[in-house]
Amino acid sequence: MSHYAIGIDLGTTNCALSFYDLSAATARHWQQSMLAVPQLTAPGTVEDRTLLPSFLYLPSESEFADGALALPWDKKAGEVVGEYARTHGAKVPTRLVSSAKSWLSHSGVDRTTPLLPWQAPPEVQRVSPVEASARYLRHLAEAWDEKFARTKATADRAIAGQEVILTVPASFDAAARELTLQAATQAGLKNVTLLEEPQAALYAWIEAAGDQFRKQVKAGDVILVVDVGGGTTDLSLIAVTEQQGELQLSRIAVGDHILLGGDNMDLALAHTLNQELLANGKKLDSWQFVSLTYGCRQAKELLFADLKLKKAPISVPSRGSGLVGGTVKTELTREELTRVLTDGFMPRVPIDKLPQIARRTGLTQMALPYAQDPGITRHLAAFLERQGRALASAHDAPVKIEGAAFVHPTAVLFNGGVFKAGALKARIVEVLNDWLKLDGGQPVKELEGADLDLAVARGAAYYGWVRHGHGVRIRGGTARAYYVGVESPMPAVPGFEPPIKALCVAPFGMEEGTQADVPPQEFGLVTGEPTRFRFFASSLRRDDRVGQMLDDAAQHEELEELAPIETTLSADGGQTGKLVPVNLQAAVTEVGTLEVRCLEKAGPGLWKLELNVRMKGEEQQP
Amino acid sequence: MERNEAAEKISFGERLALGLRVLFNPGLAGRVARALQTPEAKPAAAASERVHASGLLLLSALQREGRLLDFLQQEVTDFSDDEVGAAARVVHSGCRKVLHQYFEIQAVAKEPEGTEVVVPKDFDPQHWRITGNVTGKPPFRGTLRHHGWVTKQIRMPTVSESLDPRIVAPAEVEIP
Repeated sequence: MSHYAIGIDLGTTNCALSFYDLSAATARHWQQSMLAVPQLTAPGTVEDRTLLPSFLYLPSESEFADGALALPWDKKAGEVVGEYARTHGAKVPTRLVSSAKSWLSHSGVDRTTPLLPWQAPPEVQRVSPVEASARYLRHLAEAWDEKFARTKATADRAIAGQEVILTVPASFDAAARELTLQAATQAGLKNVTLLEEPQAALYAWIEAAGDQFRKQVKAGDVILVVDVGGGTTDLSLIAVTEQQGELQLSRIAVGDHILLGGDNMDLALAHTLNQELLANGKKLDSWQFVSLTYGCRQAKELLFADLKLKKAPISVPSRGSGLVGGTVKTELTREELTRVLTDGFMPRVPIDKLPQIARRTGLTQMALPYAQDPGITRHLAAFLERQGRALASAHDAPVKIEGAAFVHPTAVLFNGGVFKAGALKARIVEVLNDWLKLDGGQPVKELEGADLDLAVARGAAYYGWVRHGHGVRIRGGTARAYYVGVESPMPAVPGFEPPIKALCVAPFGMEEGTQADVPPQEFGLVTGEPTRFRFFASSLRRDDRVGQMLDDAAQHEELEELAPIETTLSADGGQTGKLVPVNLQAAVTEVGTLEVRCLEKAGPGLWKLELNVRMKGEEQQP
Repeated sequence: MERNEAAEKISFGERLALGLRVLFNPGLAGRVARALQTPEAKPAAAASERVHASGLLLLSALQREGRLLDFLQQEVTDFSDDEVGAAARVVHSGCRKVLHQYFEIQAVAKEPEGTEVVVPKDFDPQHWRITGNVTGKPPFRGTLRHHGWVTKQIRMPTVSESLDPRIVAPAEVEIP
């Protein structure tokens, strides 16, 4: 039996690990602890930090002295993870792996092939997004074992024997979840459960609220979680209902995957100031630009913290030793901050203003598909409005829409370091309340008191304790329905792709540990040959049952095409080319991943379809 | 590494006394015998950069984060206050970060400066510096001129022994 529940936030820019003593009989509120993670901060220097920056640096052979990269658990370490990877990598970008998590959810590339760093010279031994994630997790695991399971007597506290809750964005699709789990397995974690980040944030808030929880939310509430991390914006709606006097929480909707976060904001400020500097004839090199970005973050925090300040100074140090005279001076004014950040990222927009996104067209997209519209409020409007329509037409919607133009949240929970800025929270609340007022709703209230940087890891560890039957559990199941593509039989016409029908294999809201019915459609698998199915998901079609067939998938805007799923039937006994009739069945594992299987129609055969291959028609190497 | 040869020379009387102790004390005799077997009987005095490695490490961190050495090694007389000020911001924010990371520092005296305080009878002279018209015996009554600083916690990082701590900052070469 495990001693601890370990919550790991595997973030785009930072990782954190929190742990919870499972023998504790009551919730421990804020006393549960964060692991101080030893990491290199300079060559030969190991320091403990609560956050492990999600950066991997792949040094050249002669770059560092022997032992300079040693870690307490690995004297011969040959690469760098964490703080020093981040700071040194800024000077050697071609050897730095960053944003591995965003790549993990990018279906335009094969995420298991070594392709990072994206711009690396040929001599660099690249790693796959999965492997990079695995290395961050392994670093955390080794750090844990170093601190908790160093001796024989404490060997039963090694992380491999503990319950690990690993968080993923709610917007991660089935394949990205599967790959995250694969990374955890590669890192030697055994007993892993996945948890959506906005849910983890809410768990952290519930734990912090303690007995106040039942006073702050009531049946009928709809909690909107706005989680803006370093690289992603993640939205979820959680409904509060009551059953036999007990409050119940269910996650009713999640947003699209939006690659837009706090890092984009600091960059936007840095670009603004850099243009001013250029206009004054001062040119920064790329290292100085990084330091300008860092300076902008500090200036931003200063201005947001003290509303009386009109401007904050920024000094960009010289590259050489002549600091005095070589330092470039600039400043961030409140006007710029408001224009670029508050108005740029959180504009006041009407609810029906959709984000300017060219829908993915299936064209080759090799680099990361960053959000094209930086307006977080526009993404939020689209989310509430679309989900409102989906819920209005659903037969058993957990919240009432009744003619409203969008889902009305009654409370909002913020997560992510971005929201240390009170002005940004205030702007979102203001925009929400404007929408609500126009639509005849009541203003939202903010759920306060969560730790914006560490809530996800903390909430994940707390969830480990909740799983043992304590406290309130958030229900939800899958936030999407899943479909496989079925080609319509029709005569081939040159230059015309036959329409693809979509067969529902997994309905919306499937709970962990359950499997769906077997749809009646039959497919023929040829032994010894790979079989591929096009794969679709929808976060809006709440009512489709297993076996439902949608004509012409391309006509359904609410269907999103994912990377295809495939399997190769082994040709046992040399019967290559034999046609085997199968049915498809989907299951959600206890871990929280989706599995699609082929069931042999006239026999015991069962083959798992792999989710992790790249999008169709994109074969080139980086 | 310097060694003081004179300090290692022992007089005849001392040698005789030591000999007698070895003769009558079997435990000591064993220790002497073992010491003689070891080629380097006494560990060589550590080089000064090893003795003061943590000082060098702190210097290195202050340079890395706050460019302190660059700042102090530069002659600043000819620069304008504006230029010195801009550089000082780099030094201030970086060094402050290091300071807060490695140390927890508090004021010794909790009272605000300028107020009247009483230095107790059994005061610790390391904690309090008495100035001005110092006469008589404690308790002393006076005005708090400076509240002092005391380190409450030290969180220095561990540093690899294989590196030369004298390199406070390496020369940096960028390959185009």
